[in-house]
Amino acid sequence: MELLVAGAIGILTLVGIYLILRAHTFPVILGLTFLSYAVNVFLFAMGRLVIDRPPVISPDAAGYTDPLPQALVLTAIVISFGMTALIVVLALRGYLETGSDHSALDAPRQPDERGEA
Amino acid sequence: MTAPLDHLLILPVILPAMAAAFLVLLLRHHLRRQRIVSIIVTVLLVGLAALLFAQASDGTVRAYRLGDWPAPFSIILVLDRLSATLLLLTSLLALCVVVYAAGGVDGRGRHFHPLFQFQLMGINGAFLTGDVFNLFVFFEVMLIASYGLMLHGGGAARLKAGFQYVAINLLASVVFLVGVGLIYAVTGTLNMADLAVKVPQVAAGDAALLKAGALLLFLVFATKAALVPLHWWLPATYAGTSAPAAALFMIMTKVGAYAIIRVYGLVFGAGAGPLELAAAPFVLPAALVTLAVGAIGLVGSRTLRDLSAFAVIASMGTLLVAIGLFDAAGFSAGLYYLVHSTFAGAALFLIAGLVQELRGAARDRLVPAPAMPGETLVGGLFFLAAIALVGLPPLSGFLGKVMILKAAQASVIWPWIWAVILAASLVMTFGFARAGSVLFWASGPASGTKPLPALPLVAVAALLALTLAWTLAAGPASDALGLTARQALDRSAYIGAVLGPDARLAAGD
Repeated sequence: MELLVAGAIGILTLVGIYLILRAHTFPVILGLTFLSYAVNVFLFAMGRLVIDRPPVISPDAAGYTDPLPQALVLTAIVISFGMTALIVVLALRGYLETGSDHSALDAPRQPDERGEA
Repeated sequence: MTAPLDHLLILPVILPAMAAAFLVLLLRHHLRRQRIVSIIVTVLLVGLAALLFAQASDGTVRAYRLGDWPAPFSIILVLDRLSATLLLLTSLLALCVVVYAAGGVDGRGRHFHPLFQFQLMGINGAFLTGDVFNLFVFFEVMLIASYGLMLHGGGAARLKAGFQYVAINLLASVVFLVGVGLIYAVTGTLNMADLAVKVPQVAAGDAALLKAGALLLFLVFATKAALVPLHWWLPATYAGTSAPAAALFMIMTKVGAYAIIRVYGLVFGAGAGPLELAAAPFVLPAALVTLAVGAIGLVGSRTLRDLSAFAVIASMGTLLVAIGLFDAAGFSAGLYYLVHSTFAGAALFLIAGLVQELRGAARDRLVPAPAMPGETLVGGLFFLAAIALVGLPPLSGFLGKVMILKAAQASVIWPWIWAVILAASLVMTFGFARAGSVLFWASGPASGTKPLPALPLVAVAALLALTLAWTLAAGPASDALGLTARQALDRSAYIGAVLGPDARLAAGD
């Protein structure tokens, strides 16, 4: 099981990094999503992989699984979900206003193109 | 946890959070009232930070356990001299920035003031938390608000720079979580005091894994602090956003520096066994390159805002040279410079905003143009800010640099440090002189009489007055910061305050 989980995290990270290095906004967002999946599984596994054990103390339980990483993962999921929503909107607005989804800043910046302060 | 004054400790987090919710829920369509509430709340924050600073000045480390759960299981806030100093700095900076924004910039988009207050909540929380995971949470609160502030006012260029800024920070958050996960997997705790106890006891086989986690965290803090080669998000972001947002972001780079002091001074500091000073070999060389890159970029800038952004990079380089020494003298000199560079850098960004408003079609580009209204006054303010940032006498930048040069003598590579700092100062002097003479001297007849905006000028003058006060108070300030630095390096006091005196004994300190 360890090998399976570790391999899955590795592949997710690989895909994420590849996509982040693309120069268009949509692949970058997908890549960030893959990376956040990878890190969620990673955090979960950091509490050690345990099967069929409760995360709360009970007199009947033979053992426990560590509840803290699960709480951490929950927080991380909420944050990365919100951030992904934000960056999708940002990429869309950028695409609609500039007509291109290139994520690079144009090399010679036109003075009149700069934002209003 | 009985005396009512102890509860003051959580107010720097709660007060802006409540204020932001109030602003967004009840006053969302009333810009004028938003301004009044936001300024009042920020003034209250200054008072609060001053009270906490006075509390912390007695030298004890105070821990605040939320819900009174015993450490290390509780969410914990810790106040010591270092956090109190930075809280006070944040609130003073915020007050100047909010006054500037009330001069009109906050009306160019929606929700400036709620975002501003949320950002203060995140920054204050990051300075107070005693837990690595909550450091992550407060970083995120600070960042979410900063995304909104960065994009405030809109415009195509700002959106593009904003996308990069958000993407970089999301990536940094992922790395942060991996680092936190590794540290938790090895030690089983994320409480900083508990980590400081457990890190030296870690099994030899796990030390490499823990070191990987520690260095991943360092990458994140270095990104926040704009340490080369992780600095390239900064110029586009700071130059792309509005002047008050950029001025407030001055404190965000300092949050990165603070996290480096806290985590690598306390948890992975001297006495951490196999992980002693895990980040130290990287900080000093990277900081020297940062300073050089900042100075060179400053000379090559084509607008005043780009120039200000590179001045920030150079000042972060200088600051991290001092922090990279990882001793009390270095921290103390670094903290003096940190306060100075926050005020002076913020003043420069606000001046760049003023220049851009007043100069008509040329905006803040470094090209000759008709004279702007109030040229003498704005030029004078620019002159002061430039002197402060370059580090020429008589302002605090000079004193800060002298302290850093003196502290650097303890390092084996001190000739390099001296050479880079002094050469960078010379290059920066040239860059600022060139920018100033183009902006304020090589100008034709005045193009009209636009009235000078009052509130923004007051804000800039206040920031420069704070720089001046910091210069005059250099003696007592550096004594106090010496104590602050020693306290930041004193593991046993911190552990004792958070976990109780027993843990202090167990740690063998």
